[in-house]
Amino acid sequence: MVMFGISFATRGIYGGVEWIFSWNNYIRLADPLYGNIYLRSFLFAGLTTLMCLVLGFPLAYAIARAPQRWQPLLFILVLIPFWTNFLVRTYAWFFILRADGLINSMFMGMGVISEPLEILYTDLAVFIGLVYGYLPFMVVPLVIVIERIPRTLEEAAKDLYATAWSTVWRVILPLSKPGIIGGCVLVFIPTLGAFITPYLLGGGRSMLLGTLIQQEFLVIRDWPFGAAISFVLMGMVLLALLVTRKHAEMVGPS
Amino acid sequence: MIKPRWVLLMASVGAMLFLYAPVFLLIIFSFNASPMSVRWEGLSFQWYLQLLGDHALFEATQNSLLIALTSTVCAVIMGTGAAMVLERRAVRGVRFLNAALVLPLVIPEILMGVSLLLFFVMIQVPLGLITVMIGHIAFNLPLVILVIRMRLRKLDPLLEEAARDLGASAWQTFRWVTLPLLRPAIIGSALMAFTISLDDFVVTFFTAGPGATTLPLKVFSMIKTGITPEINALSAVLVMVSMALIGLALILQGKPIRQKIEGSYQG
Repeated sequence: MVMFGISFATRGIYGGVEWIFSWNNYIRLADPLYGNIYLRSFLFAGLTTLMCLVLGFPLAYAIARAPQRWQPLLFILVLIPFWTNFLVRTYAWFFILRADGLINSMFMGMGVISEPLEILYTDLAVFIGLVYGYLPFMVVPLVIVIERIPRTLEEAAKDLYATAWSTVWRVILPLSKPGIIGGCVLVFIPTLGAFITPYLLGGGRSMLLGTLIQQEFLVIRDWPFGAAISFVLMGMVLLALLVTRKHAEMVGPS
Repeated sequence: MIKPRWVLLMASVGAMLFLYAPVFLLIIFSFNASPMSVRWEGLSFQWYLQLLGDHALFEATQNSLLIALTSTVCAVIMGTGAAMVLERRAVRGVRFLNAALVLPLVIPEILMGVSLLLFFVMIQVPLGLITVMIGHIAFNLPLVILVIRMRLRKLDPLLEEAARDLGASAWQTFRWVTLPLLRPAIIGSALMAFTISLDDFVVTFFTAGPGATTLPLKVFSMIKTGITPEINALSAVLVMVSMALIGLALILQGKPIRQKIEGSYQG
């Protein structure tokens, strides 16, 4: 049934509403205007993935190596956001970033700034929102993988006079590669097509693929073109999956 | 030099704070008497009372629950059947079917929403509650199939064969042997499907027509049209409800927490 829907999206491209075959929609896609949005989406997704990795790795490592008693609780704490409404989680940032929001009132109260900083409805806000939204997707596979690395390896490294840093860098990091790749895929793919975060936190000024597709479909109502954009996005996702498939499988069903 | 242990601890605490502080702040300020600013002007429940009086909100909640319930029941029944067929019968083109079933789980949600929208328009079904339900079944089905198949694969096929040898019909075997063994997976996947459906915004956004406003759609329009403190209260309620549900699910399952999570994470 699902495939049905998807195949219709592809068919819509070849003429859509009027059913006239044409490549025009794809030619339009080559327009720098749209190329730019693709590039921006790629950049956003890439940066978000990187940031999630930087923030998530220490947390995942700490959870994986936490005392047995604490571990399940810590793990659940990372998972709770999965079950918390995404809109609500995004809205929470609204509350913090807006002109009379928490950050601005705090800084103005301390006298650091006199004018409120404009953070909401900027790219920065979208970026923060994306990292916040998808961080758990990075941490969970990492915890599962790091936990399977025997602690004895770290002890062995220590016995061989490796510092704590080089142990992490040269032992843990290479061994958790499948988790890193899995986490990156889980963050990269949804952020590539993210819609809620750029729409709400970007306030329509920050155009990404997700918001572009929504606009083509629901605002401009150029469905064939919207379908063409979606189809290309789909292709990008499949490509990303194919590239990482071998490694990602190791994190999947064990 | 700073000890690596401390750096690790600080980084983790920082990440956890980043993950939780916004939502907690939201909850705290939902009790704020002041209507707009973040200045604390005393404890108040007025926004919660306002929520109770909101009729449109009540309707949206009703819609959400109805959609979640229907789509979960349908997805679980269809999914169990499909999983049985895929695992226990030699099906032609299994590889293709497997790929087709994994795809919806990995593509960005917006693609799912858009494809469903095109599909409904093409077969000329008016958008409404029904289309939202079908959309939710569509994204829950692959998940249910996945969870139940994994469970089926772990079951000993000898148990079913033994039942057949003892003269049970195919249906009896399924009813009295396989189904009870599948129960944890069925309950687990149903809970997952229910929560995902309840929370879903993107697919609903694209497939909903007039009269099919769900709770997330309502939240969305409230965020978009202007900030009322009412939405702080609503958000806080939603967060607390989902936390309560998770707690309940974990207690009901009564299994080692870790196992449960790894099972559900595979989705």
